[in-house]
Amino acid sequence: MKRSITRLLMAPSVIMLLVWMIVPLSMTIYFSTIRYNLLYPGQNRFVGLMNYEFFVTDPGFITAVANTLILLLSALVITVVLGVMLSALIDKPFFGRSIVRVLLISPFFIMPTVNALIWKNMMMNPVYGIFAWISESLGLQPIDWLGTYPLMSVIIMVSWQWLPFAILVFVTALQSQDTEQKEAAQMDGATGWHIFRYLTIPHLARPIAVVVMIETIFLLAVFAEIFVTTGGGPGYASTNLAYLIYNQALLQYDVGVASAGGLFAVLLANIVAFFLIRAVGKNLTV
Amino acid sequence: MSYLVISELQKHYDSYHALRGINLNVTEGEFLVFVGPSGCGKSTLLRTIAGLELSSGGSIELDGKDITEVASSKRDLAMVFQSYALYPHMTVADNLSFALRLAKVPDNEIQEKVRSVSASLQLDPLLDRKPKELSGGQRQRVAIGRAIVRQPKVFLFDEPLSNLDAALRVQMRLELARLHKKLGTTMIYVTHDQIEAMTLADRVVILNAGQIEQVGTPLELYRQPNNRFVAEFIGTPKMNLIDVDSFAEKDETLTLNLLNSSVTFPANRIKGSLPKAITLGIRPEHLSLVEDNGDITGRVELVEHLGSESYAHIQLSNDQMIILKASARSVLKDDDVVHINIDSSEAILFNQDDQVISIIAEGASNA
Repeated sequence: MKRSITRLLMAPSVIMLLVWMIVPLSMTIYFSTIRYNLLYPGQNRFVGLMNYEFFVTDPGFITAVANTLILLLSALVITVVLGVMLSALIDKPFFGRSIVRVLLISPFFIMPTVNALIWKNMMMNPVYGIFAWISESLGLQPIDWLGTYPLMSVIIMVSWQWLPFAILVFVTALQSQDTEQKEAAQMDGATGWHIFRYLTIPHLARPIAVVVMIETIFLLAVFAEIFVTTGGGPGYASTNLAYLIYNQALLQYDVGVASAGGLFAVLLANIVAFFLIRAVGKNLTV
Repeated sequence: MSYLVISELQKHYDSYHALRGINLNVTEGEFLVFVGPSGCGKSTLLRTIAGLELSSGGSIELDGKDITEVASSKRDLAMVFQSYALYPHMTVADNLSFALRLAKVPDNEIQEKVRSVSASLQLDPLLDRKPKELSGGQRQRVAIGRAIVRQPKVFLFDEPLSNLDAALRVQMRLELARLHKKLGTTMIYVTHDQIEAMTLADRVVILNAGQIEQVGTPLELYRQPNNRFVAEFIGTPKMNLIDVDSFAEKDETLTLNLLNSSVTFPANRIKGSLPKAITLGIRPEHLSLVEDNGDITGRVELVEHLGSESYAHIQLSNDQMIILKASARSVLKDDDVVHINIDSSEAILFNQDDQVISIIAEGASNA
């Protein structure tokens, strides 16, 4: 009796969550198996796996998958490596540390669209961007970042956006490091580098795992930065999976293929997560 | 020949003067204990010797070399911390060998040293474990092992036993004493527990408010303290202090009038001239119960039975409380009126400035 009341009371939230997940998923699966093009309404017949075939054989597909993975891994490496180094640097007290910390964290508060616009118009613009100005001051030819290195530009923007998150996590983690351990290492003859290598890095293993996992979730779906700056181009040079799906659904009006792409992205996310969790997840169980 | 010489050592924090001119000579192989109340600077002094705190003035000399400005990693000292400070990501074996690996000692030598240390501290079955899989006592032994394996010039211990439970503490105390006997290395040990200080030390340094109050063997401090602080700090329960109302010297005898009674004291045990006022200090074990005609009388307020002995808290006629050590099977009951004799040969006299003006009785000092 008591148990059934508990279940009854829990039911609304459980059902809510279930519907929240199941409905979009099943609709996506459904759309992916029918011909569903917004330009040809009313001709929604069942086509089996044809949408998947279309998506996978799309000329941009291989590039998009590769770009997604390159973007993910580069941003992860940059944010984790720079994050650990910067956090270690600002862990020691120095004059103005709190201001420096706030400045380091602040890019995280800027929304991705604005972030991309800042980089596009103020930093990387070949005519009046700051990078162009620096190049010209040094007597060099300004670089058209978005045109010449589109994927790298996106990587820089995304890393700039996510570095603060890594720093935030690492700084907090460093504060929980035991000072007596560091002192013991000093007494054992350890230099600053030894302490960093043998005490700080192992201490940060778990936070690094957390940062990698959380960033992976968001970096697989980078969209705004690409949309605002390169528009996936030139060609497919900076198109990732998320952008390719958008391209299918809203530029080519093919909801069916876009749904198939969405399901493929879910698959890819699971594959990446599987390997990442195997790689860094062992740190979480320690 | 002094091994470790500390002279005029000062330590200032922003608004706090932690060490106020410490002078100390330590001979090689000595077991020295710093003891004092919280905030007396004993840990600061140890950490300054270790190089974890920089001194604000004065010098530290080790084995003929000035190490005042030397980095702690180059001082060749080993320290055992209160929290043990084991490296959590390394196994016990790696913890033990960390310093040797940093010093690039050859592998076979490292293995040899780790093996001998782990054997002597019974760590063999634990070598592959991580610190968090160890009990408090085991961690403590690993921390000690990590210090021993380097064969440093001096061992520093910062309240190493205070995180252990009482039984383990007694056992580890004994092991530390054995270890010192076996290694013969100079050890400096900080504690707030005077039992540890008394049992372990060759010499005890009593610190108070950043200054050394007294340095001496445990028995010297117990029997011939310099001043009231040391007299009260050493000894459990505390020394009883009774104000003397008036006193007179006659025929080599000092008569002390207190609590409507009088106690005689040999005048040749007084250093210098007589002070303006005298306080009599007497330890609980030097008070004895008598049938009648005692030096003082009082009313028993409470008796604490410890099994091997008992302590009676007695209220004197002026409402002052004193503690008397009685036999284990004492028949004292609460509210009994008792007569007490003071063993004046063990009494200590203080002047109005809380300095000790008496010296221990000759016969007693040889005992």
